[in-house]
This record gives sequence, structure tokens and C-alpha cells, in this order.
Amino acid sequence: MRHSIRISVGPAHFRIGSDWREPLAQLAALYATYPSATGSANATVHLFAARPWRRFLRPAVHIGGDFTIPDALPLPLSMGLLAAEMAMNLQMALGWRRHMLLHASAVERGGRALIMSGQSGSGKSTLAALLGESADWRLMGDEFTLIEPLSGDALAFPRPVSLKNQAIAEMTARVAADRFGPLLTATPKGDIRHMVPRANALAAMRRPAVPALILFPRFGADVAVQRIGPSELFVRLTEASTNYALLGEPGFASLSRMVQTVPALAISYPDSASGLALVEQLWAEALA
Amino acid sequence: MSAVWTLIDLLAGRRDPAALNAREWEGVISVARAEVLAATLAERLADAALPGDIAALFADLRCAAKVQQRQALWEAEMARRALEPAGVRFVLLKGTAYAAAELPCAAGRQIGDLDIMVARDDLDRAEAALLAAGWEWVKADPYDDAYYRTHMHELPPLIHQDRDRMIDVHHTILPLTHRAKPDAAGMLARATEILPGTGRWRGGAVTEGAGAEEFNASTMRDADSDPSDPCGATSPFRGGFLRLSPADMIIHCAAHCMADGDLAGGLRNLWDFHLLAEHAERSSVQAAAERHGLGPAVARAVRLADALYGERSLTLTTADRLFLRALTARDDWGRPTRPFTRLAFYIRSHWLRMPPLMLARHLWVKWRRGSNGP
Repeated sequence: MRHSIRISVGPAHFRIGSDWREPLAQLAALYATYPSATGSANATVHLFAARPWRRFLRPAVHIGGDFTIPDALPLPLSMGLLAAEMAMNLQMALGWRRHMLLHASAVERGGRALIMSGQSGSGKSTLAALLGESADWRLMGDEFTLIEPLSGDALAFPRPVSLKNQAIAEMTARVAADRFGPLLTATPKGDIRHMVPRANALAAMRRPAVPALILFPRFGADVAVQRIGPSELFVRLTEASTNYALLGEPGFASLSRMVQTVPALAISYPDSASGLALVEQLWAEALA
Repeated sequence: MSAVWTLIDLLAGRRDPAALNAREWEGVISVARAEVLAATLAERLADAALPGDIAALFADLRCAAKVQQRQALWEAEMARRALEPAGVRFVLLKGTAYAAAELPCAAGRQIGDLDIMVARDDLDRAEAALLAAGWEWVKADPYDDAYYRTHMHELPPLIHQDRDRMIDVHHTILPLTHRAKPDAAGMLARATEILPGTGRWRGGAVTEGAGAEEFNASTMRDADSDPSDPCGATSPFRGGFLRLSPADMIIHCAAHCMADGDLAGGLRNLWDFHLLAEHAERSSVQAAAERHGLGPAVARAVRLADALYGERSLTLTTADRLFLRALTARDDWGRPTRPFTRLAFYIRSHWLRMPPLMLARHLWVKWRRGSNGP
């Protein structure tokens, strides 16, 4: 392809090819402080124009690579950075086999991982981003958490946090401006701005952590905590996993062990401050 | 050298994997994924000294393929439980047959749908039994449905409502409208039970001729016997399925890649062919192919497999070179190239499949509906 770049996030090593320079220049700036990628890529991403003239005329970025979704709609070139991030996520969701992939955020403290799973809008990304800014925690990822099937360890996938809508103001108020990508307005998911994790998250991005607590947050309701039993947790995590069924027996064994050893809670919280306080309290109780 | 030829040379054993640099590996892997040969390459190079990141990726691919094959064999078992009580005799075809028979080409081979063959007289009973056991029609379109039933070599595809897996029920190996008319009844009559394997995937060569009674099958029991295998993918296969005779299997493989379709997946299909036919007695397979009207298809597959993966001792025709151009039309990112060559082979695939007037009518209906179909 005309332009290419290599990016390393956790165990993934992306080779990204593009018909345009701009999205890759934005990626390079966003990932400038990440450890450099060595060796060969294990996932390939294409950002391409479906017809040659669409490189110039109303340029539309199609996403593809090792794995593609046939009907994925293209994005305008002004959202090329978002297209690149979506394409990288797509390769992980469809192609990664080394670990069980959970659609969940995670933070680490003292070698133990707090995993947060939930739908888009549940607040799992914002909570993880906020915790990641406090001195005690390391951000492991806002989108995917990888579970090593044999050991049950959680592995980090600390791509830049994809902040949406209100969360953007919440984080720009706390974090230095040089850690943000460009503001992307009116995307299919609303306003989006990427935030580079703190240096500790990048330095330790290949260090595993032992899962100690799983939360299913829900933003916008009064504080409530509800215990989730192993059977329900199993079902919820299979739904949160993009590759559970493809892992076969090792995936089943790993998940079975996890739901029997790691406590899980569904929590509601009205705002970020009370959410953070609740998480800290539940973390202390879980480790007690 | 282009990535696609590096991949071919690695499979053929003509290239030393230790001599590849990191960038070359990336191209090889992208092309191998696009040609669904990535896990095959990973199995082929399982004992080679490889860079750490490549070795780790190949271990992932081998695991994923073993899990997938296990699921494919389970699907065959599900079909048996549906068809056996109805008294329908069926033969496993393609990938599932290779995996069940533990043939060398099964190592790392991707398996999508379950392909089986039944006698044409058994089609109605097979269909009823599968529908009763939870399979459902994929296509509701009456034109497509009628087209399949009148002109194709298989029932319209069925998907199981719970497991979401597709089954293709064939009653012969080529569309009925195809110029070649293989002897499906003879193939079914010669089909034999798959015996549990006696050799091994790796290192175990197929020594007996395919014209002979039985393949010296190799096993998947590398995984069975090793409790530390991270894939944990033991085979659910306990014997008892039917497969085509070795010669018919080779002929079907050639028909599938040379006489039907537009060469999509051709490198993989010719790899299958190469390993199936490698030690077969060429003249007896060729004679059998002539009886099915598939002599030219098998002869071409022999020449192309030789040019790609073999000794390169056979003389290629001009048309063969065009086939090779189409088969190797990928760039180092795994993307298709040579659009005109590809288009030509797409047109050829329809030309072979049906007489011109019928083709015109079919394309007209398809164009008006704007849908994809057979």
C-alpha cells in the first residue's frame, strides 16, 4: 500500500497500510510515546479507497485487513483516525486467538486486575480512564482485556482511550493537552477524542495481572451494588467475549475457573465521583 | 520475490524459513491468511527454527485450526445422528473428509461448511431428516431455490438453527449444467469406511499409491496423547464415516478447483490436490478421471500442483501460465491484484457451468434482482 506504519499495543503488533498519508500521520502522533514495534506484525490493517478516484473525490476510508466485515460503511477522510482505530479493533475482535478477548476495560493495582464490562455508555471506559489517572492504578485498557487461557492472567491492551461526548470535557479538565488526539466531531458515535494513557501504562503494557474483581457498571442511577453468581457471570462474560466460542475447550476451562474464583458485582452510580468512591470501596472489600 | 511466491516456496520446501526477514514474514502471513493457508503453513513449519514472534503466531494458528477441525468433525457427527435413523447413506467430502481420514492435507486446513454426498434418490429423505433435526433454509428466494433444485449438484445450503453451521448436501460433484457428467453413482458405490489412522500428521509420508486400496492415513493424535497441549483439541472422531475412494477423492478435488468456480482458494485446493495425489499412481487416476469426463481437469491440476508445490518437471501450456497468473494474483498486503485476469476466470467459471443461453437468462434474472446466488 502507499503508506504504512507499525504500532505495538500489548501483545498485538499491527501493520497498518493506507491509501492516504493523513490517518497514519495522526496515528504516528497519537502513538509517539508507545514502545516501538520490533519483529513482524501479527495483525494487518488496510485503510483503502474502494475506487481509485475516491482517494481524491469525496475521499471515503474503507477498513479491512486480515479480517473484514463485508458491509462495513466507510468513513470520510476527516475521520481517518477513527477508521484506523476501528480497523485495529476489528482485527483484534475477529482475528486474535492467543487469548480470550473480553470487551471490557481494566486497571491494575499491586499486580491484581479490576475488570469492568458493560455496554457502550455504561461508563466502563470513563471509570477506567479516571482510575488510570490516579497514582495507585495502572490503566490496562478501555476496550479489550485479554485473558491468558492457561494461567487465567489478564493482559493489557492499552490503546489510547476513546473518550466520547461528556467524557471528553471530564478528562481534558484533568489531563495535559499533549496527551490528546484531535477532536473528531459528529462521528457515527458522537464526538470522539483519543487520550494517550499515562506513561506507567505504556511502560508496563506487557506485564500481566491476576483478575481480582469484575464489575458491571451502570452510569446514571442511584448507588446500588448487586452480587452476580458464577452462572450469571459465565453467561455475561461469554456475551462480552468476541472469541469465546472459537477457543473451544481451553476457553471453556479458563472461563469456568474464572467465574468460580473471581467475585463479580453489578453496580450503579449517579456520577463519576461517587462511581470512583464506590469502586475503591468495593476493591478494598474484595481484597480484604 | 513476491510474498505469494515466497509462501508457495515455503510450502513446497524450496525456501529456507530461517533466511526470511521480518518484512518478508509479514507479506507471507498476509497472503497466507488471504488464501486460508496460514495454519497450513504453521503446521508445515511446526518443527522449523523460526523467530519468536512468528513461532508464537503459528502456535496460535495451529491451535485455532485444531479447535475448528474438532468442531467440523462434531458437525459431521450431528449429520450422522440426523441421517442414519432415516437410512440415508452419506459420504464426507472435502475438508471434513480429509480431517476425519487424518490425511496429510488436513494439517492446519481450514474447514468451513460440512460437505456431504448422498444418492440422488435419497435427496428428499436427507432433506426431510435434516429439516426435522433443526437445519433451516438459508435462501428464501424462490428463483434461487428452484435453480439449485433443477440445475445444481447440491441442495440449497442449510444452516443449523442452534449451531449456526452450514451443510451442503451434494448428489454429484459438479453442477448438472456442467459439460462434464461425472459418474456420481459409481463414486458412491466405491466409497469406503474411514478407518482410524495409523500414522502421524508430521513426518508420516503417504507411501501407498492412491490407486491402491487405502491411504496410509496419518493421525491427529499428536494432540490426543499430549495432555500438555494448550489447544486441548482431541478429535471427537471415532470412525465409521464414509469417504470417496482415493482416486475419486483426487478427481473430486481437481473438479472442484479446475472445473468449477473462479479459482478462489485455488492455492489451498491445489495444495490439497498436491498432497492427495503426490504418491498416487498417476496413470490409473488419469484413466479414472477420463471415465468421469474430467481427464483435462485432473491433468491440469497435476501440472499446476507440480509447478507450484512439486518438482517442476512438467511442461506447462500457455493456458496453465494464465492459471498461475490468476492463482498468484495477490500483493504483499494480501490484497487481490490483476483484476482483468480475475474477471476472465470469473466469466470462465460461468461459461463452464452452463450453456450460453441459460447463462444469459441466469445473469439477466440475477441482474434484475441484484442478488448473489449460485
